[in-house]
Amino acid sequence: MAGIVKQFPGVRALDGVDLEVRPGEVHCLLGQNGAGKSTLIKTLAGAHQPDEGEIRLRGAKVRLASPVAALRLGVATLYQELDLVDGLSVADNIFLGHEKARLGFVSTGETGRAAVRLLARLGHGEISPAAEVGTLPPAGKQVVSMARALSHDARLIVMDEPSAALAHDEVANLFRIIRELTGQGVAVVYISHRLEEIREIGDRVTVLKDGRTVASGLPAATTPTREIVALMTGRDVDQVFPPRPAPGFHDDRPEVLRVEGLTVPGVVTDVSFAVRAGEIVGLAGLVRSGRSEILEAVYGARPASGRVLLDGRPVRGIGGAVALGLGLAPEERKQQALLLDESVTRNITLGGLRRYSRLGWVDRERELADARAQIDGLGIRPDDPARPVRTLSGGNQQKAVLARWLVHPRRLLLLDEPTRGVDVGARADLYAVIRRLSDAGIGVLLVSSELPEVLGLADRVLVVREGRTVHEAAAADLDEHRVLDMIMEGSAL
Amino acid sequence: MKGTPTLAAVKAPAALTRSAGALAGRRHLGLIAALALLALVGLLTQPDNFATSSNAVSVLALASTIGVITVGMTFVIIGGGIDLSVGAVMALASVWATTLATQSYGPVVMAVCAVLVGTGAGAVSGLLVAYGRMVPFIATLAMMVAASGLAQRLSDRRTQLVKPENDAIVALSTTRWLGLPILVYVFAAVVAAGWVLLNRTTFGRRTYAVGGNPEAARLAGIDVRRHTLYLYALSGFCCGVAALLIMARTTTGSSTHGNLYELDAIAAVIIGGTLLTGGRGTIIGSILGLLIFTVITNLFILNGLNTSDQLVAKGLIIVVAVLLQRRGLPGTT
Repeated sequence: MAGIVKQFPGVRALDGVDLEVRPGEVHCLLGQNGAGKSTLIKTLAGAHQPDEGEIRLRGAKVRLASPVAALRLGVATLYQELDLVDGLSVADNIFLGHEKARLGFVSTGETGRAAVRLLARLGHGEISPAAEVGTLPPAGKQVVSMARALSHDARLIVMDEPSAALAHDEVANLFRIIRELTGQGVAVVYISHRLEEIREIGDRVTVLKDGRTVASGLPAATTPTREIVALMTGRDVDQVFPPRPAPGFHDDRPEVLRVEGLTVPGVVTDVSFAVRAGEIVGLAGLVRSGRSEILEAVYGARPASGRVLLDGRPVRGIGGAVALGLGLAPEERKQQALLLDESVTRNITLGGLRRYSRLGWVDRERELADARAQIDGLGIRPDDPARPVRTLSGGNQQKAVLARWLVHPRRLLLLDEPTRGVDVGARADLYAVIRRLSDAGIGVLLVSSELPEVLGLADRVLVVREGRTVHEAAAADLDEHRVLDMIMEGSAL
Repeated sequence: MKGTPTLAAVKAPAALTRSAGALAGRRHLGLIAALALLALVGLLTQPDNFATSSNAVSVLALASTIGVITVGMTFVIIGGGIDLSVGAVMALASVWATTLATQSYGPVVMAVCAVLVGTGAGAVSGLLVAYGRMVPFIATLAMMVAASGLAQRLSDRRTQLVKPENDAIVALSTTRWLGLPILVYVFAAVVAAGWVLLNRTTFGRRTYAVGGNPEAARLAGIDVRRHTLYLYALSGFCCGVAALLIMARTTTGSSTHGNLYELDAIAAVIIGGTLLTGGRGTIIGSILGLLIFTVITNLFILNGLNTSDQLVAKGLIIVVAVLLQRRGLPGTT
């Protein structure tokens, strides 16, 4: 691709992007949210038409007039939200749109056999082509998406944050598949916010900023993080994580949360811990280790036995949790937290409506004033309270979710994957916000798939494996490898 | 108190409502334009009959019954549900309120009875949807069939007249203030109350939240199930009020009242720009949608045209309205 320009009404989303991908390589595309990555891959997928510039495939100039045209030319795209039909079988999904059929009748046998071949090629012969896709775990769905790409005989596969929904061990499997594909000469464009992954799987890196290519062909394994971040943000990020108080600093603070013998049948077994005022406690564990379930059970969103005490008072149900001063920023921001079409203000005040109302009547001036205060306090950009929250970047959406809980005094915040889908530059900002909140005396219970985040941000870390806490230590005393060992030990790998 | 519930307040603080609000405002302008166009057609085809005060009164009186139901329907649909039982529940309420037993207690008890029966039936639907976890379409379909049957049983399939001593009910239709029958004021009051409830109260906010993203609402501490129950009860309440109006207009209670009202109400809500998927919509839009429908009916009657053609025209209007609205929706980025 050379000199690609894409203009939207009022925005020049792509302003001269160059991208060169070689056969058999994993080419990583980096850039902050809004840098033009999505627009670029949609252009590659044939969903957008460039206003200027040209696309060449194997030397020949091509026009990707539609997603179907792109597929025919061997360019397949795996979107972040996998576009599978949950109710159809694996085989039907793979051949959706180009069914193996005669006179409109789908040839089940042939479809099944072809699906088995593709799945085997991806090293996932264990997935039955007859299984309903909705019943597969995220990793399985991704394999199906990839099989679909291969069914079109794709020579270039674009993957938009393929690891976002995957656990640690599943990512390893994804990488294995990618290596096999590239070994067969397939080129991969890989988009991820996780630098560690790019180092591991990537060959070369292209960095986008504000719709332009600012660097291309950088070696993925050796380019210093500092340089990449500087290219992406246009500034130096010296310290990603804010400084934390010395271990033991919180020991004489009062306990905000005490959890005793928390058990969620089949998921969490007899978990006990405490969070002190102003302390950030991180839960480290694999995706299905029960860490998110612990958060949900503490919040009263999931039936559980055991005792959950906030300031010594038992928490009962979500309503009770909110009334006592708990707040949850759930894992799936868009699905579980935000009203995407509503304004920033309305999203911020959703959890605290009672504060702005008398006898059910909402005082909109106070509501707006409080929302403004939060927007200023957390640095939500753009700082327009009326803007639909959908148009905000991931980091700013997350701030809006935090703001929802900060409009009324909180004792403890439960943060599940607070930086998922948030770009590197904005993460440091979010970390600073979280630390500032804890400095103000709020307890924080943090869950993240990214170990560096847990270890860098938390004061104390609980290691969770198969629904039990297996280790507890000050974050400063732990390193990534030790924690990884503890997380994985005994898990079926 | 601040924020008096006048129409002018719809576009009040620009900063609060600019994005979604401006969109709704533009959509309303489109509906008003459509209404104006229909009025023009009326003036051209029936210059002597259309623009008369008696015709305007009959349009408004016709709109009142379904209009009240439409207000409740708007809440249910914004809240992510649908209520197919409205016509049948209204019929049931009208029958229950006009049985000999109820009538013996006088007009006030009849009115209270209609409203209670409506609210009760709505609450049952709400229980089924919210706590029985039934799909709204199915739960209210069941309620529609059951309410209809119960209405037939209670009335023995006969039309029950409102007795002369209970004429106070009929007076809603016959007594006029400033040239308009009282039932039009009832309609206006329900619309105004609905607008305030939706736009100025926590109940309204929660309705949008529950319909727009139930999981987010739940995790924000809103009792989604209880709120859903309230929404269907509210719809039932509106059916009860509508039953009063139809009793006033027809001087009867009957199991055949309200036939296909649910379709008119749902169509009006959709034309008004409320999304069937929930989370978005306005009362004003629904009422404009309903007025468009009613004026079309009126035009067909005035011009002596076939009612079958009228249905075809209405179907076309639903399609055109939805197609036009889709252009106005913001794209997903």
